[in-house]
Amino acid sequence: MEVARYWRTTGQRYQLVGEVCPNCGNRIFPPRDVCPVCEKEARTPFTFSGKGEVYSYSTIHVAPEGFEKFAPYTVALVRLAEGPLVTAQLTDVDEDEIRIGMPVEMVTRVLREDGERGMLVYGYKFRPARPVSADAPKAAAAPARVTEPATNMSELSLVPQPTA
Amino acid sequence: MRDVSIIGIGQTPVGEHWDKSLRELGFRALHAAMKDAGVERIDALYVGNMLSGELTAQEHLGALIADFAGLRGIEAIKVEAACGSGAAALRVGYMAVAGGLHDFVACIGVEKMTDQQSGTVTSALATAADADYEALQGLSFVSINALLMRRYMHEYGYKKEDFANFAITAHANAMNNPYAMFHSPITARQFAEAKPIADPINLLDSSPIADGAACVILAPTAIAKEFTHKPVRVKATAIATDTLAVHDRRDPLYLEGGAISAQKAYAMAGVGPADIDLFEVHDAFTIMSALSLEAAGFAPRGQGVRLAMEGEIGLSGRIPITTMGGLKARGHPVGATGMYQIVEVAEQLREEAGANQVQNARLGMAQNIGGSGATVVTTILERI
Repeated sequence: MEVARYWRTTGQRYQLVGEVCPNCGNRIFPPRDVCPVCEKEARTPFTFSGKGEVYSYSTIHVAPEGFEKFAPYTVALVRLAEGPLVTAQLTDVDEDEIRIGMPVEMVTRVLREDGERGMLVYGYKFRPARPVSADAPKAAAAPARVTEPATNMSELSLVPQPTA
Repeated sequence: MRDVSIIGIGQTPVGEHWDKSLRELGFRALHAAMKDAGVERIDALYVGNMLSGELTAQEHLGALIADFAGLRGIEAIKVEAACGSGAAALRVGYMAVAGGLHDFVACIGVEKMTDQQSGTVTSALATAADADYEALQGLSFVSINALLMRRYMHEYGYKKEDFANFAITAHANAMNNPYAMFHSPITARQFAEAKPIADPINLLDSSPIADGAACVILAPTAIAKEFTHKPVRVKATAIATDTLAVHDRRDPLYLEGGAISAQKAYAMAGVGPADIDLFEVHDAFTIMSALSLEAAGFAPRGQGVRLAMEGEIGLSGRIPITTMGGLKARGHPVGATGMYQIVEVAEQLREEAGANQVQNARLGMAQNIGGSGATVVTTILERI
């Protein structure tokens, strides 16, 4: 991925920054300059909560270039709580646990590696939503099975953290 | 606007042409079509192609093929609309002849894919999707269709095997098409047990990558009979667009571009789905056949698969589709596919389809889809 392209899309990839239409209130992700509902200009940033549910999913066995070493991996359409669908990988989950309608939340992970000396491209993926309860002990909030180590990026405050 | 007809058709076999280059394939289809039309000179050449830059490091195909064909000096450009490039090239040629700018126009679809490894081709095909928000997430083009198929099955209650007849019918019809890539029938059991590509899509839901080229020659209908005794009228051609990414669609399971494009074509031709005798669908994946049948008005929403399950898509069914093998078994040389569909509809209307002839075919339709539905080209041809 080109460096300039990487940096100009960090807002959406790290934090799910989209837009809200000042005219009709439609929440837009990925950001686009014209609201697809009312067709008026929309440039007011809006940060999505990262909560949503699985609309559909597929496990990829034959991967595109740059993703071969990750195969098989599961991609999904996620319906965000605020309305839009987003295309992303699912992570930290066993394939046979995945269901349409499963609640998920956004995390930051490595999307791809551009060769030995190239960039690590970080972006959003989604994992099963952790239970949010003030009473739950901290350990219970941890995912039952972490299939991918958390990266340094995911420790940053950019990532929606469970409140438990 | 002038009435426009196809006066010549040509095609190369679809397959792995390791011994032929992109320009040779394009030229062979062009040469065959010019010979079929009996014309020695054309005024313009429109070349539908998607991936020559990605896979062959060659762009500028208009001039390339015009030069290679000995037509230096003529107007020639490439037309690109992902997998919809072929029929889009016909649309451009149609506008030139109908508008009175040219009398004799060649429209080619050409693609060269098999020189490259599958990972390279998989990435190249993903350029039809949204690079920043689909491909960057690791989605292959197959997986985008798989997301649609899974949701379709969930929403309408179908099982995987319900889609089998799309692939079985295509393979059966390809048996009698000498230009088809596969001449091997498949069974429901083979369909069920095929290797997964992107779950729930397996190998036998999917059309194969291939090399190939197809071509038609267009001329004003008023003079068409001077060149051929069986001209085929271009009754309608219409392009419509939708969002590039599936996640931006109002409803991912509705091919809005397909519906708009079909409605425009029906209006232009003054006909409706009930008048169409055969329909070449863009069966890149079995799910796309279902969605295209629904968008074009041959089935209500969620019922496209039922046409396959009930045997209505066969050569003597209610709406014959993939009559010469479709993308699934004729093969899917992506930018050429739309032109193959049009050549095959013309073959049917000229009663040259041999054992696969649809009886009394008068009106034939093709729907060529770019990406996951972002560009849809509908063409309606009529026997004169």
